[in-house]
This record gives sequence, structure tokens and C-alpha cells, in this order.
Amino acid sequence: MSTLDPAGSGAREAYYLWWGMAVFFGAVLVAVVALWIHALRRPPADDAATATSHSDSPRTQQQQNLWIIGGGIVLPLLSIMAVLAFGIPAGKRMAGAGIDPDSMLEIHVTAHQWWWLVRYADTGLTLINELHIPAGTPVKLTLTSADVIHSFWVPRIGQKLDAIPGHVNQLFLQADEAGIYPGVCAEFCGLSHAHMTFELHAHAPADFSAWQQTQQSAGGRE
Amino acid sequence: MSIPTPQHARELHRELTAIWGNLPGWGTLAAVNHTSVGLRFMLTGAVFFLLGGILAMLIRTQLAIPDNTLLDAGSYNQLFTMHGTIMMFLFAIPVLEGLAMYLVPKMTGTRDLLFPRIGAFGYYCYLFGGIIIMVSLFAGIAPDAGWFMYTPLSDAEFSPGRGPDFWLLGITFVEISAVSAGVELTVSILRSRAPGMTLTRMPVFCWCILVMALMIVFGFPPLILASILLELERAAGMPFFTVAAGGDPLLWQHLFWLFGHPEVYIIYLPAAGVVSTLIPVFAQRPLVGYGWVVFSFLLMGFISFALWAHHMFTVGIPVAAQAFFSIASMLVAIPTGIQVFSWLATLWYGRVVFSVPMLWVSGFLVIFVCGGLTGVMLALVPFNWQVHDTHFVVAHMHYVLVGGMFFPLIAGLYYWLPLFSGKMPSEALGKWGFWLTFGGFNTTFLLMHLTGLLGMPRRIYTYSSEMGWGWLNLLSSVGGFIMAAGIAVIVVDIALHLRFGRRAPNNPWHADTLEWALDMPPPPYNFVSIPTISSRHPLWDNRNLAQEIAAGQHALADTAHGRREVLYTRGMDAQPQAIAHLPGNSWVPLQTAAVLAVFCICLLTRSYTLAVAVASVSALLLLRWSLFNGAHPAAAPLQHANEADVQTPHLTARPRSALPLHSRTLDGPGLWGMKVTLMADATLYLCLLFAWVYFWISPERPLPEQMALNMPTLLGSSVLILLSCLIYHNLLRRAVAGRGEGILLRLGLACALLALHCVLTLWLLLRSPLQLTTLTHDAMIAFVFLYLMFHSVLALAATLIQISRYRSRYISEQLPYEFLVLAPWWTYTTVIAWSVPLLFAGLPWLWIAS
Repeated sequence: MSTLDPAGSGAREAYYLWWGMAVFFGAVLVAVVALWIHALRRPPADDAATATSHSDSPRTQQQQNLWIIGGGIVLPLLSIMAVLAFGIPAGKRMAGAGIDPDSMLEIHVTAHQWWWLVRYADTGLTLINELHIPAGTPVKLTLTSADVIHSFWVPRIGQKLDAIPGHVNQLFLQADEAGIYPGVCAEFCGLSHAHMTFELHAHAPADFSAWQQTQQSAGGRE
Repeated sequence: MSIPTPQHARELHRELTAIWGNLPGWGTLAAVNHTSVGLRFMLTGAVFFLLGGILAMLIRTQLAIPDNTLLDAGSYNQLFTMHGTIMMFLFAIPVLEGLAMYLVPKMTGTRDLLFPRIGAFGYYCYLFGGIIIMVSLFAGIAPDAGWFMYTPLSDAEFSPGRGPDFWLLGITFVEISAVSAGVELTVSILRSRAPGMTLTRMPVFCWCILVMALMIVFGFPPLILASILLELERAAGMPFFTVAAGGDPLLWQHLFWLFGHPEVYIIYLPAAGVVSTLIPVFAQRPLVGYGWVVFSFLLMGFISFALWAHHMFTVGIPVAAQAFFSIASMLVAIPTGIQVFSWLATLWYGRVVFSVPMLWVSGFLVIFVCGGLTGVMLALVPFNWQVHDTHFVVAHMHYVLVGGMFFPLIAGLYYWLPLFSGKMPSEALGKWGFWLTFGGFNTTFLLMHLTGLLGMPRRIYTYSSEMGWGWLNLLSSVGGFIMAAGIAVIVVDIALHLRFGRRAPNNPWHADTLEWALDMPPPPYNFVSIPTISSRHPLWDNRNLAQEIAAGQHALADTAHGRREVLYTRGMDAQPQAIAHLPGNSWVPLQTAAVLAVFCICLLTRSYTLAVAVASVSALLLLRWSLFNGAHPAAAPLQHANEADVQTPHLTARPRSALPLHSRTLDGPGLWGMKVTLMADATLYLCLLFAWVYFWISPERPLPEQMALNMPTLLGSSVLILLSCLIYHNLLRRAVAGRGEGILLRLGLACALLALHCVLTLWLLLRSPLQLTTLTHDAMIAFVFLYLMFHSVLALAATLIQISRYRSRYISEQLPYEFLVLAPWWTYTTVIAWSVPLLFAGLPWLWIAS
């Protein structure tokens, strides 16, 4: 279940963003706290204001403006730009930019209290609480709900997206390798929310075709 | 001018106490004094905090080990819903409001807030609403759909029990108190500061409270509207959020977070104000960058209304909107950065005195900066998609709220404790309390970031041991109990200090703001005389100010009139304009709130006939409330209009200025109270318009086959109200000009036309074939007409009362003030009466006609 052990393209993007931001912001936090502790102990300059003389010298006032403009405006702006410089392209890739949604496998997922109905658009095959996809290639999920709001999430593969009654949301996922990945409902949906789990099975492409054929010959499961 | 003597000062104290004091015994429940009401808010909030904390401990106990069976899913859902609800609505906001009500008049150099009865009424609404919500928990039928109440989970189909009704009605009831406090604080801060306390000399704390109060005025109406709509959907089947009828569950989320995100800053701002007050005092120098900091608070207030959808990055809103809300959310780092670096610079250039309050401020900084940084992470959409609704968000949110609100609150508590009680708490216990809370908090929540990254979703009552989250949760639970121990130490410390604390010296921290010029604990009237302010640091500039005030050497030191008087000053430069005479102890706030509580219970039990009867009683009480105003003999009779000459020489150190009583002017507190209230009202209407536009742009929206409302009749009824409004304004102009003839006739004519409008609108609504329970479109039309009717009927009732008051000469061409107060309501109602047919009925009419 760990997002820190990514096995899909979306999860990997978020994983790199996390570590990048964790290191950068960790450094900011340490720096601010260190400055704070130093400021608490440091003796004040002679020309700074006190409770009896309220005005700082012009030189001190200039320094103080630098504190506020540097720390309060420039530092946040630069940090925001840095974060966005990495984040925006990552977000575009996760949202499926540059891939052709018509050519890929499309799976309809309908959330119910408290189970998942999975239907393959091409074959009409339906499954419950179980998805099978080919590894190494993106697939398109269309999400909706039959009752309340749910959220579809396979942490190791990619981002989550809500399943909302009256709405159809599109989610692109790609698993790197064959394997079984646990999935959960991430949006609180009532009594059995904690148990609304499912499994995502990623197959090597050849195995996936074979799986599809056995399912079709078995006539699927209604 | 007579020379003040100690006997003179004692006599002044005795007489002012007789005027401003609460009634003895049970009479204290009729108190309207801001000191009493503020303390009650804070104490009640503290009790709710402890209750919410107990729920948190139950939650942590359940999650401590995998596959725990201590709680079942149903109980767990009630517990986390109630934990969030209590902490947000019954603890954080009321406690901060209480602190603001207690401190603001003392800091701005006045004797009370301008609407004392509203403050008391708000307190009782809060108390009764809180009790109603808590009853559901002890009865085991508490709301269990989350504190965010997302539809459709919270609607009648998926939550058939009474839980959500308790939430919707109870919280709306509590919100009356928040909005009334917002109005009261806004007007009081702007119009009753001590002479000379210009906006740029106002303490930073008061700036924060001003921004907070305005944010409440604009931020709470969306939730009030959403709650009313959802309750109507649950109780009457009007489908505002139901997909099949054309509604959308996402509309609830938009309205909820349109409230919910400003709310986070509503909670943070007063806390930031506490920090900005304490740091300069303990650094013994002025705050660095006062202007920058004030600007950052205003900026934060603005930005906070533009980032609600960052709670909704996973619902599938358009990419461009996600980018907008993402960047807006990150931009909050700028005002926050300005504040943090201004505090840092203040410490850097000052000589810091260490103390328990500073310990809590430092703890605040560490936790809050960390929470702010994870906030920027979460504002990055692709990262948010991954960790949204996991324990990472739980950790972030507690860092921001506990760090950004609870730590500064405790810092403020230790700082102002000598003011509250006149005694000093224990330094040793204070340190123990801090380190246990700080250590326990970080153990609980720092690890919880990792728990979330490891994939643990929020709001699950149990998890399997295979997930590998067991050890982290166990440590988090241990940390939670350490934090609880820390809070217990604080409670013990405060209880002990009341009994054993040493007497606090005057101004124990050598602070610069006016509240430290008061006796400790403060007398009910605060200031014997109102000083004139000439800088941001009155107590640093004039070390004798406290003695001068106590000796009655400044303004308003006479007591012979027996009225509660404060100075009513101009907004920008605080030049005195009038003397506001405030109402004294009153049972009406308690009675009205109690009747409204019964009304609330009637709605809960769906006894609608009884509810109508109770609502009529509460209307009568509110009318009685408005009776003792202005020129009523019980307040200040007209013949005493120029009372300046009524003086007892030995009590008046200074000749009384020639200021008029506010009810004799054209610009009193009531007028501003009306205007600010209408701002909240208009926000609610704008949210209604938002819902309407949202309905029209959604792809699936079943429409009625024909327009149900008759447009010509509708426009005719709007013409009627326009005419009556013009007549009202005409009589207002005549009264202001001092021309008495024809006023009564015009009042009668305005009422008659307005009554006709009401009847016509009601008739139109009743005979229209609206499909209230099957079409969102028709339900919205009906609702907006109910909104209009509420306003026009209230305008009618208020004007009818004015007729009777005019006949008793409480209002007249010599006393036109109350006409002025009601005029904005008339104008607003007329605007609504025109915009409703055009926007709500006209748009679909055009659509269907084409």
C-alpha cells in the first residue's frame, strides 16, 4: 500500500515530488527554526528600538525591510516557482497528456456501498472488486458511483480520483510490472468504508491476452 | 477642575460598578457585559475542548493496534464526526470569539462592545446549540457522515437517522452566535476606539480580530445556506443536491468549503494576533514591520476566499480551475512568510525575556511552519492526488490547527491569566505542561505523515496487521496520551493558581497595550475614564496612564446620569462623534435563545405545528427586544437630550464635552450594525445565485415543461415594493429635514403597499404548480421566494412597529435615527424583490420561451 514504493507511472511522479519537496522544505524548516533560536539568544544592536525609544535607526530599518521582503516575499515566491516548475509537468503527465485515450483499454468502474463493479468497455466482461490490466501500458478508467461519493485509489500505481453520482471521471493508470496491487476507497462512504478494498492485477501483455481469452470463453461473470 | 483624591477614585469605582455590574445571584444570567460574556464563551469552549479531546483519545485507542475491536464502525464514525465538529464549531471559533470579546474593548480603550445584548444572545445560542449537538452523542444517535457532511451520504436516503439533522440544526444555531459576534466586533472595533487611536495606532491584535470578524461575516453565510438547503432536502424532500432531480452533490462541497477554507484562517488570524502581541512585549521593543504585518492579515483574508476548491482536487474539476486554486493556495505562503519573518526580526532586534508564554510561542513557530510547508506540498495538485484523504492530510491539518491555533491560544492564556484572575500561575508546572504537550503532539502527528505516505486512508475504523501501519499508529497513540497529560497539567496549573497563585504585580510583563492599565481582574466598566491615545504604545509612553485613568482624569468620568456610556468615534481617526448609551442587564437574550432552542428541538422532532407556535413566541421576544431602544423612557428620554448640564461637581473631574447621545444623531452603532448584517445577508444571497448558475451550467438539468410563475404578476408585485420603498425614503428625508407633517401617512402607505406585495407574492407562490420534490429547478425557485418573503415580511413588521413608536414619539422628526437604521433593510429588500424575478424567474422564462 505504500506510496513510497511506487510501481506505476503516476505513483512514481508523486514519489519524486514528495522527496524533492521533503528535502527542500525540510531545509527551510531547519533554517527558520535555527534563526529563531539564534534570535532568541542574540543581544540586540545598540541602535535598535526598545520599549522606551520606539524608533530604529535608518540603517536598522533598512535591514528589517530586507528581512521581511527577503524572507516573507522572495523566499516564498522562489519556492513556489521551484515547486511548480517540477509539479506542473508531472501533473500533466499524470493527467494523461500526450497519450491517445482512444487506443487504450477502457474500463468502467462503478462504486457501490461498499464494493466495486468493474466492466470492460470492449468485451462487456464484468468483475467485482477486481481489475485486470496489462502492465507497461496506460489504461483508461471511467469512474462513477451508484450511491454516495467514493474514491478509487491504488496507492502503489497512481493517484486517486473520486467516483461521484451523476459525474463520470477519467483516470489514466499505468503499472510498470506484473503483480497484484491493493486498492481502497479513499473517500469516507459510510459504515463499511474501511472494508471497501479491491485488487488490481497487472499482467505481462501476453498473460493479459491469455487472461482475457479465458474469461471470454468462460462467458464472464455477471 | 477638581483635584482627584483617593476617596474620589473609590467613589467613582463604586458608582460605575453600580451602573455596569451584573445583577446578583441568578441575575448574572442576564449579564450582557463583554467581560462576563467573553469569559463564558472561553470557559464553555474549554469544556467542549476537553470533551472533544476525550473523543480524540478514544479514536487513538481504537487505532493503536491493528484489527482492534474496541469500537465498531458505527461508533467510530460518530466519534470522528463529533471530534471534528466539536473542535471546529464548539471549541476553536467560540473560544477565539470569547477572547476577542473579552480583550478588544480593553485594548481599544472603551467600556463595552457596542451591541452588548447581541453578545449575550450569541453566547446562549452557542451554549444551547452545543448542548443539542452533544445530546445526540450521549444518546448514541450522533451524526456519523463526517464533519464535512458530504451529500449524498448525509441525505435522507443514506443517513435515515436523525444524526445529520442534529448537526445541521445545531450548527446553524451555533453559527447565529458566530455571525452576531462578527457583526458586533466589526462595528465595535471600527466605531468605539479611544479618542486618537487611529487605525494605524490600533494594536495588531485588534487588526486581526477586525479581519477575522469580517471574514466571519462573509465566510459563514455559505454554510448557513448549505445547511438550510440540506435540511430542507432531508425534511421536506426538496432536492437541491439529488442528481435525479437536477441537483449536484458537488454543490454541497463548493458551499461547504467556501465556508470551510476561510474558516481555517478565521481560526488562525486571532492566534497570529496573539503571537504578534506577545513577541514585541517579550522582546521589549515595537513589532518590526507593523504595516507589513497588517497588510499581510488583510491579504490573507482576501486570498482565503479564493482557495476553497483545494479541498476538491480529486473530484474531477477542470484542469484550469485546479491550477488556479493550486497557485492561490500556495500564495498564502507570502502573507504567512511576512508574518514569520517580522516576528523573527522583532526577536532579532530585541532583548528577549524568557517566560512560559514565549515557550508556547516558540512551540507554535516550529509546528506552524512545518504545517505551512506541508500545506504548500498539498497545494501541489499531483502530490495532492496521491495523499489526499490519507493520514498525511490528518497530520498536516493538526499541525496547522493545533500549531496555528492551540499553541498561541495557550500562550495567550498564560500571558493574560494575570489579567483574568489577578494571580500568577506556576512557572514549573507551566513548563511541564508545555514540554509534555509539545513532545506528545509531535510524536502523534509527525509520524502520522509517514503513516499517510504508507497508504493509510482517513476515517477508517480499523486496518489489518498486514498493512504495516501498526507500529506507527501505536506510537501516535502513545504520543496522543502524552499530549493529553500535558493538557491535564495545564488544567491543574490554572486550577491551582486560582487558589495558590501569588498576587500579580501591575502590568506584570511591562506590556504596551491598554488592557494592562486596568485593575486585575478588570472591573465591569473597564476604564474609569477614557484616555486619549497618541501612539501605538500608550503604556510605554506614559507610565502614569493607569493612575490617571483610575483617578478619572480623562473622558466620561461622570456617573450621575446612571447610563452605560461609551464614546462613539469615527472609523479612521477615532475622533469622538457621540456618546453611545448601551443597554444594561437584560433577560431577553436568554429568553430568546431558549425559545429558539425549543424551536430547534421542534424541527429535530419534526413537530412543525409546534415549531410555528414557538417561532411566533421568539418573534414576539425579538420585538420586545427592539422596544427598549433609543428614546424609550427606559433608555434615555428625549427631554434629557442635552444632559451635558446634569453634573455633580465633585464627581466630574473634567467638564463633559458637548457630545450628543448617539440616538440623537444620524449615525449611530445600529446603522452600522444593520449595514454589516446586510453584508452577511447579501453574501448568502450571492451563494444562492452561485447555486443557481451552477445548476444552469451543469450538463444534466431536468427543467419544468412550462414556466410555473406568472411573470406579469411577479413584476407587478415588484413595482409595488419599489413604490413603497420610495415612499419610505421620502418620509426618511422629511424626518431628517425636521418636517413632521405627513410622516404618519407615508408610513401607513408604505406598509399598505408592502403588505399588498407580500400577499401577492405569497398568492403567486401558492397557486403556481411547482414540483417541489421532483425538480431542483422548482425547489430553488421556491426557496428564493421564501427568502424574499422573509425579508419583506420583516420589513413590514419593523415598519409597523415604527408606526407605533412614532405615535409614542420615540421616533419623530426630532429623532429620525431609527428610520435611518431601517432604511438599508428596505433598500436591500427592494433590490432582492427585483433581482428575484429577473434572475431566478426571468432566466428560465426566456430559456423556455426560446
